[in-house]
Amino acid sequence: MPLDKIWVVVEPAGGGAATNGLELLRGARQLAATVEAVTFGDANGAAATLGDHGASTVLTVDTPNAMAGVPVAAAIVAALAASPAPPAAILLPQTYEGRDIAGRLSVALDAPVLANAVGLAEVDGRLVAEHAVFGGSTIVKAAFTTDKVQLFLVRPKSFAAEGGAGAAGTVEALPIPDTGRSGATTVVARHAEERQGPKLDEAAVVVSGGRGLGDKERYGMIEELARLLKGAPGASRAIVDAGWVPYSYQVGQTGKTVKPNVYLAVGISGATQHMVGMKGAKKIIAINKDKEAPIFAIADLGIVGDVNKILPKLIDALKSRS
Amino acid sequence: MHVAVCVKQIPDPAAPGRLDPTTRTLVREGKFVMDDSDSYGVEMALQLVQAAGGGQVTVLSMVPNREIKGVKDALAMGADAAIVVSDDALTGSDALSTAKVLAAAVRRAGGDAGVDLVIAATESTDGYTGTTPVQLAALLDLPSVTFAKKVVSDGVKVTVERQTDEGYDEVECALPALVTVTAGVVEPRYPSFKAIMAAKTKPCQVLGIADLGLDASSVGFAGARQEITDVVAAEARTAGDIVEDDGEAHLRIVAFLETLKVI
Repeated sequence: MPLDKIWVVVEPAGGGAATNGLELLRGARQLAATVEAVTFGDANGAAATLGDHGASTVLTVDTPNAMAGVPVAAAIVAALAASPAPPAAILLPQTYEGRDIAGRLSVALDAPVLANAVGLAEVDGRLVAEHAVFGGSTIVKAAFTTDKVQLFLVRPKSFAAEGGAGAAGTVEALPIPDTGRSGATTVVARHAEERQGPKLDEAAVVVSGGRGLGDKERYGMIEELARLLKGAPGASRAIVDAGWVPYSYQVGQTGKTVKPNVYLAVGISGATQHMVGMKGAKKIIAINKDKEAPIFAIADLGIVGDVNKILPKLIDALKSRS
Repeated sequence: MHVAVCVKQIPDPAAPGRLDPTTRTLVREGKFVMDDSDSYGVEMALQLVQAAGGGQVTVLSMVPNREIKGVKDALAMGADAAIVVSDDALTGSDALSTAKVLAAAVRRAGGDAGVDLVIAATESTDGYTGTTPVQLAALLDLPSVTFAKKVVSDGVKVTVERQTDEGYDEVECALPALVTVTAGVVEPRYPSFKAIMAAKTKPCQVLGIADLGLDASSVGFAGARQEITDVVAAEARTAGDIVEDDGEAHLRIVAFLETLKVI
């Protein structure tokens, strides 16, 4: 029996709705009779898109895109208290803002959160979340044993977004109550980093580098290879921790989930923490000097060798074709 | 300036993990170490206190089995004192229960004056839920800035460069506050032998939940209010062609990319 109602938090993106929010709407409408979206920032004009993806009502919180955790959570808590028919579950994307909102909601409602869900199913009227553990080799299913609203943080790409589900959603504004001390933050400035080519989590080709590159300067080869393949450069946690590239490049459990057509893992051994973020790629190519590296167990093409010898030749070969 | 840093002690992350057959939760055994992700927070705290002209760094950790090895790592880096909350009742705690315990530990560490800043990693390496720090901030009614890649403070506020999908936001936040730091935010120091020896005599208080006025029903499996309903094998990927580079392996990659119509 499907749930009566689910709310989905949809983040804004480029004047519309973020893809990961549309994915969640698709998931939610397989689980509940009524799906409503909660959005904020510059997605307030996205009612038609959200309706098309299954949201019958679009609840908008008038707060900027940045640092939305406290005001959005406060608005949701107030709306839940005032609603004659509150939702049984709230789905949020496992993103910077999504995690902030979930954490604040959890405390205000004294409700636990299940995070990093990669799938959701309805079983006997409650939701059961799937979690990928041990590098994605095992799926653990978990559910709540409380009557509180069920809070789930869902990893991007867990569902495929699909439109055609309905007309533009009815827009309803959610007021923001006073957020007191916890609201004492101010966004002074926003900075966009110049990054050419497709976004990491949307690219058809992802080229990721790891510690096997040897030193920071050689990451330039990863960027060049990504550019030649019209893809995006990524990174293992090891080189993000080492400060070679920013956190936003990280692919893995503590980082982005990617599902490109082709994933090139260069100098990455394949720690479980990395694998869980990329094993959904259609094809995987790995280059590593250690033939026992776990990455080879999931690679469609594995090259055992020195990345610093192979990469320059690969780059030259690709350049000579273009 | 008084900075409290949350530190998680975890089993060796390189060791293969397994689930307890009865509880179906992650088995946490063997030698514990400080989660690498937390070394950035400890370093950040030390640098902020130094920049403020002095103060205190207190390390807070929750663990079911009285483990203090990982906390000693933080003390060796230069933290002044530690509070470890350890209690059998904590086994099975979820992120919210953990935040409740840490909130009590922050209050204990701060005393009447309170702490100025709480620092945590964005997420732990073993559980990686990533919600505990914000839950902790909410319980303490503190503002929070997550995913910091740069943090400076004038003692009244913190100014943070916060990672976003497009770049970063510059965020100001009045103290007291909570900040989560990403890896690479600062370069964690390696403790000297002298510092490791000195850490042995630094105050390290081990408290039970009753010492903090917490109720056993609000933590551990009881407080988590969630259950594992099933554990199944995921769809497996199989290995394809593995070839040793003979100087021409790059051509194999080019050919493979051609068949995939990438080039």
